[in-house]
Amino acid sequence: MLEQLPALILLAPLFGALLIGLVGLHDRRACFPIAFASLVVSLASALGAAMRAFTGGAYNYFIGGWEEPLGISIVLRVDALNGLLLIAIAVVAVLAVIFTIRPSSEKDTDKTAYFYILFLLLCVGLFGITITGDAFNLFVLIEVSALTSYGLVAIGTSRRCKMAAFHYLLMGTVGASFYLLGVGYLYLKTGSLNIEDINTILTTNATVAQSPGIVTAFLLILVGIWIKMAFFPLYGWLPNAYSYCPSGSSCLLAPLMTKVSVYVMIRVMLSLFGLEWVFGHPGWSDLVVWLAVIAILAGSIMALAQREIKRMLCYLIVAEIGYMVGGAWLNDPNLWGLTGASYHILADALMTLCLFLFAGILFKYHGISEIGDLGGLFKKMPLTSIGFVIGALAMIGVPPTSGFFSKFYLIRGGIEGGHPEYVGALLISSLVNAVLFFRIFEIAYFGKNPADGHSHDHGHDSHGHDDHGEAASPVLREAPTYALIPLLAAAALILLLGIFNGQIIELIRTAFGNSAIVVSNLR
Amino acid sequence: MVEFLLNTVKPHFNFWVYVILMMIGLWSLIAKNNLIKKMMGLAIFQSAIILFYVSLGVKDGATIPVLDYHGEHADHNAAAKDEPAMTLPTSSAGNPADAYANPVPHVLMLTAIVVGVATLGVALALCEMIFKEFDTLEEDELLRKIKALHDDA
Repeated sequence: MLEQLPALILLAPLFGALLIGLVGLHDRRACFPIAFASLVVSLASALGAAMRAFTGGAYNYFIGGWEEPLGISIVLRVDALNGLLLIAIAVVAVLAVIFTIRPSSEKDTDKTAYFYILFLLLCVGLFGITITGDAFNLFVLIEVSALTSYGLVAIGTSRRCKMAAFHYLLMGTVGASFYLLGVGYLYLKTGSLNIEDINTILTTNATVAQSPGIVTAFLLILVGIWIKMAFFPLYGWLPNAYSYCPSGSSCLLAPLMTKVSVYVMIRVMLSLFGLEWVFGHPGWSDLVVWLAVIAILAGSIMALAQREIKRMLCYLIVAEIGYMVGGAWLNDPNLWGLTGASYHILADALMTLCLFLFAGILFKYHGISEIGDLGGLFKKMPLTSIGFVIGALAMIGVPPTSGFFSKFYLIRGGIEGGHPEYVGALLISSLVNAVLFFRIFEIAYFGKNPADGHSHDHGHDSHGHDDHGEAASPVLREAPTYALIPLLAAAALILLLGIFNGQIIELIRTAFGNSAIVVSNLR
Repeated sequence: MVEFLLNTVKPHFNFWVYVILMMIGLWSLIAKNNLIKKMMGLAIFQSAIILFYVSLGVKDGATIPVLDYHGEHADHNAAAKDEPAMTLPTSSAGNPADAYANPVPHVLMLTAIVVGVATLGVALALCEMIFKEFDTLEEDELLRKIKALHDDA
C-alpha cells in the first residue's frame, strides 16, 4: 500500500472531482466534504511519499509497471525537492478549500459544484507537474492546470473577469505551446521523453549535448515556462487574472500556479539538462540575473503605484518571481542561490496564501478592496490582523519568518556568485515591501474606520463601500472561524518554516546531489 | 535564390513550413483586434506545432507502423505490391525499424490535439460570455467599455 502513495496523491483529487460531478451537481452540500476529504487524502499521501524520499532518497513509481523509457512513459518521480513541494501544494490546497466552505453570495451557489470540480482538477494538475518524470506528460499536466485555472478565473461574478480569463488563456496557451515545441526538439535530438533518460543521453553524448537543436529546445522551454510564471516582460496576464477572479480561486491560484512554474524551471535546469550544461554556456547566467533584477525592481515599483490590495499583491508576485528566477540562475559555487530559490518557492507559496486569504476575507465579508479603506482594522479584527502582519513581515523579510531565511540564502548566493546587482535589487525590493506594508499597518492601526464616523457607533453607516456588491455593510467584524483557521494556520506555518529552515535547506540540498560539486569544479 | 531554396529550404522543408505558419498565428494573435480572430491565430499557432511533430515521425519510404503480416491470405499481399514500402522490412539491411514511420510523435499529437480542442472550447465559451456582457468582441471597444465601467465605479 505504501508503495502506491505517489499515485494516490494524484488519484484522490481526480476521483474527488468525478464524484462531485456525480453527486455534487444534485446536492451541493456534498461538494465541500468530498473536496476536503480528497485533499486531505492527498496531503497524507504526499507526506508519506515525501517521507520515503527524505529517508531513502529519490525513487520512481511506474504507473502500470511499464519501466522501459520507450515513447511515453507514465513515471512519477519523488525526491526531496518535489516531496517538499508536494506537501506545500497539499497544505495550501487544504487551507484554501477551508476558506471556500461558504459561497460568497447567493448568486454563486449554482456554480458551487463546478467550482469544486475545477478546484480539484487544478490540484491534480499541480501535483502532476510536480511529480511527473516525463517531459511530455509535464506539458499535458501544465495544460490541465492551465485550463482549469482559466475556468476558475472566469467563474467569478465580476464583469471584468471573463476578459481577464481570455487574455490569460491566450498567453498561457502560447507559453505551453513553446514548451511543447521545445520538447519536440529534445525528442528530435535524443529520441526520448523521459527526463532521467534525456539527462543521461545529454551527459554521456557530447555531440548531441552541444548541438544547436538542444540549445533551441532549452530556450523554447525556458521562454514557455517564463510566460507561465509571469517573469517580468511576460507578466501581462497576471494582475488582471488574479485580481478580478473570485477570492476562493485566487487563494489557490496565486500561491501555487506561478510557484509551480518556477519549480518546473528548476527541474528543467537541474534534472533535464543538468546544471553543468546550463551554466556551461558563458553569459547566460549573467543575462538572466539581469533580467531578474529588472523584474524585481519593476514589480516593486508597480506595486507601489497600486491602491487595491489584491493588485498590489499581484505585482509583488511579479517581483517575487524575479527573486526566484534570479536566485536559480546565480551560478554560485555552493549553489546557495538555487537552494534559496527552492526554499523561497515553499516560503512564497505560504506567504502569498496568507496575504491573499487576508485580501479575500476583507473583500468577501466587508467588500473592501482598497488600501485606504482599512482604517480601524486592527481594533475590530485583531485575529485577522495578526495573520496579515505575519504574512506581511515574511514578505518584508523580518527574522523569525521564512521570508527572512529565503532572502538570507539568496543574498548569500548573490555575494558568492559575484552578482552585486542582484543583492542590491533584493534589498531595494525588501525596502519597498516595508514601505508598502507599513503604510497598510499605519492606516489599519491609526486610521479611522469610515463607517464608525466619530461616535464609534456601529448602527448607522450612510456611505457604504458596497459598490462591489458582495457585502452591504462596511462595519468591520472579526472574520468567521472557517476563514480564520486557514489564515492563522498559514501564518503559523510561515513561522514554522522559518524556524526549521536548517532542516528544510538540508533536505533541499540532498536533492541537488552531486550537482554542487559538479558546478564548483566547472568554475 | 534557387540555390538558397535547394540548399537551405529543401532539406528542412518541414521546419520552414511550421515556422512560417507559427509566425502567421502569432501575428494574428498579437495584431488582430477581434477576439475570434485572435483565437483563430491561436489555433493556427497550435496546428503549426502539431504539423512540426507529425513531420518528425516521417521517414523516406517508410510505411505505417503496423506489422506487415497478412495471415494465410497470401494473395492479399499482391494487391499492395505497388506500394514500395511494403517490401522493406526484410530487404533493408539495417535496422528493421527503419521501415516504419515513427509512431511516437503522432501519438503525442493525439494528446496535443485534444488539449488544443479543449483550449479552443474554453476560449469560445469565454468569447460568448464576453459578448453577452459587453455586446462586442472588438478589443478596442471592449477596452473603452471597461474603462468607462471603471470610471463610473
